[in-house]
Amino acid sequence: MKDLNVLLAGFGGQGVLFTGKVMAYAGLMEGKEISWLPSYGPEMRGGTANCSVCISDRPIGSPLVVTPDVLIAMNLPSLEKFEDSVVPGGLIIVDSSLIDKKVERADVRTVYISASELADKNDLKGSANMIILGKMFRETGFCSEENLLKGIKKSVPARKAELYDTNVRAVRIGMSN
Amino acid sequence: MSERVLMKGNEALAEAAIAAGCRHFFGYPITPQTEVAAYMAKRMPKVNGVYLQAESEVASINMVLGAAAAGVRVMTSTSSPGVSLMAEGISYIAGSDLPMLIVNVQRGGPGLGGIQPSQADYFQATKSTGHGDFHMIVLAPSTVQEMVDLVAGAFELGDRYRMPTMVLSDGMLGQMMEPVVLPEPIGDELPEKPWAACGHGGNREHNVVNSLYIQPHDLEDLVVERYKRYDEIKKKEQRAEEYLTEDAEIIVVAYGASSRVSRSAVNKAREEGIKAGLIRPITLWPFPENAIGKAADSEKTKKFLTVEMSMGQMVEDVRLAVNGRKPVGFYGRTGGVIPTPGEVYDQIVRLSGGA
Repeated sequence: MKDLNVLLAGFGGQGVLFTGKVMAYAGLMEGKEISWLPSYGPEMRGGTANCSVCISDRPIGSPLVVTPDVLIAMNLPSLEKFEDSVVPGGLIIVDSSLIDKKVERADVRTVYISASELADKNDLKGSANMIILGKMFRETGFCSEENLLKGIKKSVPARKAELYDTNVRAVRIGMSN
Repeated sequence: MSERVLMKGNEALAEAAIAAGCRHFFGYPITPQTEVAAYMAKRMPKVNGVYLQAESEVASINMVLGAAAAGVRVMTSTSSPGVSLMAEGISYIAGSDLPMLIVNVQRGGPGLGGIQPSQADYFQATKSTGHGDFHMIVLAPSTVQEMVDLVAGAFELGDRYRMPTMVLSDGMLGQMMEPVVLPEPIGDELPEKPWAACGHGGNREHNVVNSLYIQPHDLEDLVVERYKRYDEIKKKEQRAEEYLTEDAEIIVVAYGASSRVSRSAVNKAREEGIKAGLIRPITLWPFPENAIGKAADSEKTKKFLTVEMSMGQMVEDVRLAVNGRKPVGFYGRTGGVIPTPGEVYDQIVRLSGGA
């Protein structure tokens, strides 16, 4: 696999950093080099939160993803801010239940999934992020399904172990929608 | 080998300090360093250690001074403005010949500046941390694994040479997560400190820890003695990593976060047929002038390029080490901006005479 640089962006509280962590751990389980870099500071309070994840066979140079291969946009400001930065031929995944706008670029592949709506319908409020992760997994195959599940297991803190099943259910909905 | 786990640089460093036998932490929170303190607050009580959040950086560093004088393995961590506040205490610690570890997770300056990653405290760390003639040993990690690996060595060097050591990190390395293998905790094998003021039960002459010497000749003798130690350190402890330097015509010199960006740029240059290499200083003081000097002597080397997240600070030490033998260029971003590999690559192309 070639290097995979992912930028995940949304509102603070949507689980953008956690989703990135699961992705990074899944990459680690796959035996890859990985890095995870959060945005930090005032922009997290009420504004946008984003996180860079790099997955590669080689040691990661800069962990800051400036030109993502995959952009996961979970709100409109994030899509508007980062749409132009995606590499030609890259992938944009949009939560279409929160973003009405269509991606304007023709040189990238866009996948729309109404993740927040699917989450609400399936009694998984707050798990839209994991539904999108499932979709991203289906679209890119960046790791094996087994390692994706391991990534979830590693990322869910022991004291909240019951959330593992919830997250797996959400990921599977994302895979099949 | 133990398992690779994902950890933030700040937390991994804190765990490594505990594994290295550090049981005393005094500090004051500041972004982007706060996870070190938060981790210590959780962990120290579980290993019978002391975590204390002081009322300020000034208080923290003086608590560190006291603990170091008593001979325990002690540290603090802060970010750029916090180091400025600690400067007086660090000078006292150096003047008292005490080992302690200070971690600077740099942010943009000057003043309160910003909270994003920076390397603008190089001068402060290597040349002018406080008043008076003194140095600290300064180590610069470039990965989360190195945030871990350099910590035990920092404590050991401090104990061996009886002087403060600094791990000079930045907001990027502190905040990012990478896979890391944590070290096994050391046993009780900390070195003896016969000079420590830790109580003697009337069995020996009392020890004095002090940095006040009113007689000029006494003070001069002490400082000169200390500088003999510094000379020994310059001879023995220089460390740098060399990457693709053997046949390199353009040698990039960068440390910490900017060395990662530079490594990506060097890789891209190689793919395009430009013979670029990287020297990454691991010790900033002592500066790895031997490695740079060797590269300056090489007939293959045409030019140097120093890359920093500052307006150009380490570049002065690179120029001193190169000593006019080859041109030394500079590229920097500052204020919390991280250069992109593309920007550094463009500089390499420019120096190599390309477009």
